[in-house]
Amino acid sequence: MIAQGRGRLFVSVFVALVLTVLPLPPWLDVLRPAFLVLAVLYWSVNAPRTGGIALGFFAGLALDVFQGPVLGEHALALSLVTYIVVREHQRIRSKSAIQQALIVFAALIIYEIVLFMIDGWTGHAVTTALRWVHTLTGALIWPPAAAIFAYAAGRRS
Amino acid sequence: MAAFGTAAGRPLQARGGSAGFRFTLYAALAVVVMYLDQRAHYLEHVRYVLEAAAYPIQLAVNSPPAAWAWLKETFQARGVLQAENARLRARQRDLELLAMRYDALARDNGELRGLRAALPPVVDHWLAAEIVNIQLNSLRQKLLINRGASNGVFAAQAVLDDKGLIGQTTHIGPWSAEVILITDPEHAVPVRVERTGLRTIAVGAGDATSLALPYLPGNADIKTGDLLVTSGLGGVFPEGYPVARVTEVHRDAVQPLAQVRAAPLAHIDTDSEVMLVWFRPGHPAAPVPNTLGGDLKSGNRDMQPQALSGKPAEPRSPGATPQASTPAQPVTAAPAPPASAPPAATAPGKPGGEQ
Repeated sequence: MIAQGRGRLFVSVFVALVLTVLPLPPWLDVLRPAFLVLAVLYWSVNAPRTGGIALGFFAGLALDVFQGPVLGEHALALSLVTYIVVREHQRIRSKSAIQQALIVFAALIIYEIVLFMIDGWTGHAVTTALRWVHTLTGALIWPPAAAIFAYAAGRRS
Repeated sequence: MAAFGTAAGRPLQARGGSAGFRFTLYAALAVVVMYLDQRAHYLEHVRYVLEAAAYPIQLAVNSPPAAWAWLKETFQARGVLQAENARLRARQRDLELLAMRYDALARDNGELRGLRAALPPVVDHWLAAEIVNIQLNSLRQKLLINRGASNGVFAAQAVLDDKGLIGQTTHIGPWSAEVILITDPEHAVPVRVERTGLRTIAVGAGDATSLALPYLPGNADIKTGDLLVTSGLGGVFPEGYPVARVTEVHRDAVQPLAQVRAAPLAHIDTDSEVMLVWFRPGHPAAPVPNTLGGDLKSGNRDMQPQALSGKPAEPRSPGATPQASTPAQPVTAAPAPPASAPPAATAPGKPGGEQ
C-alpha cells in the first residue's frame, strides 16, 4: 500500500516537473502555475508520511537544476512551504476546495518571497512584477489540480 | 505508529524525528548547498552530474516540438525546398565573392597597421549546436544546447549565429550546455558604437528583442541606426562582432543619462541552431580565455574590464609587469602594438601580450 502510494507519488511529481520545464511561449510561460509546487503541496497535505519535507527538498533541488541560478534556492523555499503545510495538514485537509485554494495562494506567496529574497541576496535580482503572476494562477488551478492529483493517487473524492 | 510527537503535539512521522527537526535539517542543507554553489564554487562537479541527469528530461520535454519541426521539414513541399536551395546557393556565391576580397583586405589592413604579416582570422574553429530548450521570459533568457564538455565546450564561451552575437555558455554538462543570452537582464556585453568608436555596455532588457544601453551620458554621440559591435573588453567576446542596432534614443534635458535601446541582430527567438566559437588564443583580437574562472554570475573581480591582464594563472605576479600594462591593449582595440602581434606561426603558444 505504502509502496504503491509512493510509486504514484513519484509518477505525479515527475509529470509535474515535466510540465514545469516544458518550453512554452513567453506569455504562457508567465501564466504557468508552479505545477511541481502544487504536486508537492498536494502530497504534503494528503500523505505527509510518504512525502513530507524530504520530498519538498528534493523536488526543489530538481527545480534548481533546471531553472535555478543557485543550487539550493528552490530546495529551501519548497522545504519551508512543505514544512508549514505538513504541520497544518489536518486542518488544511478538512477545508473546502475554495478555502484550500486560498491557503495554497498564501503558500505560493511565501514560496515566491523566499525565492525573491534569495535571488536578491545572490545577485540575480528579478524585480519584474510578472514573477508573482504564477501564485495567482496556481491558486486558481488548485481545485481542478487537486482533483486530478486525487484521481492519480487512486483516491476518488 | 506515532512514536514521536511533533513540537506541535501532533503525531506525524514514524521515523526521522519531528517535522520541525527535519525542516531545520533540510533548510540547513539547502543553505549550505547555496553557499557552496554561490560563494565557493565547490559544486561545479555536482552541477555537472546533475546537468547530465537532467538532460534526458529536457530532451524528452523538447521532443514534441522537435518532432513537429522534423515532420514539417520532411513533408515540406518540393517547391519550397527548391526555392530555399536556390536562395542558399545565391547566398553562398555572395559570401564566396566577399571571401575572395577578404584575403586581400586582411593583407592591406595588416600593412596599414604596420604588422609584418596579415593576421590569421581570429576564429580558430566553430561547432554548430542545436537548441534543445529555450527559456525565454522576462525573468531569464536562456538556452540549452546539445553540446557539452564532451565536445570541448567550456564555460564563458562565445555563442553566435549567422547574424550576430547570441550569448555565452554558463553551466556545462557532459552533453549539454546552458547559454545565457545577451538579452538576459543579468547579462552585459561590452560594446563599441561602430560609427564613432564610443565604448559602452549593453545590458539585456529581459525580452528577446531589445538591449538597453544605460551608461551613456545625455550628450553621447549616438543615434538610431548605429551599429553596435563587441569592443573586446570583458574577456569573453573578441573585438568587432556585430551585436545590435540602436532602435531608439531618448534625450531628456533633466536626465544626466540618455535612454538608449538597441535590437539584437541575432535572431534570438527564432534560431534553431547556434554556433560555438573557439578563438585563436594568441590572436590580438581574441578574448583572453578563462579569466572568469568559469562562473560569470558571481561578479568576481576578474571579469571587470580593467582587471583584464593576460592569462589567469600568472598575471597577478608583478614579475610580468613590463608587458603587464600592455596586454589590455590587444584585447581592447584593434591597433595592437606591433611587438605583441606575432604572425601566425608563433600564435598558438601564449596570449599575444605576454611574449
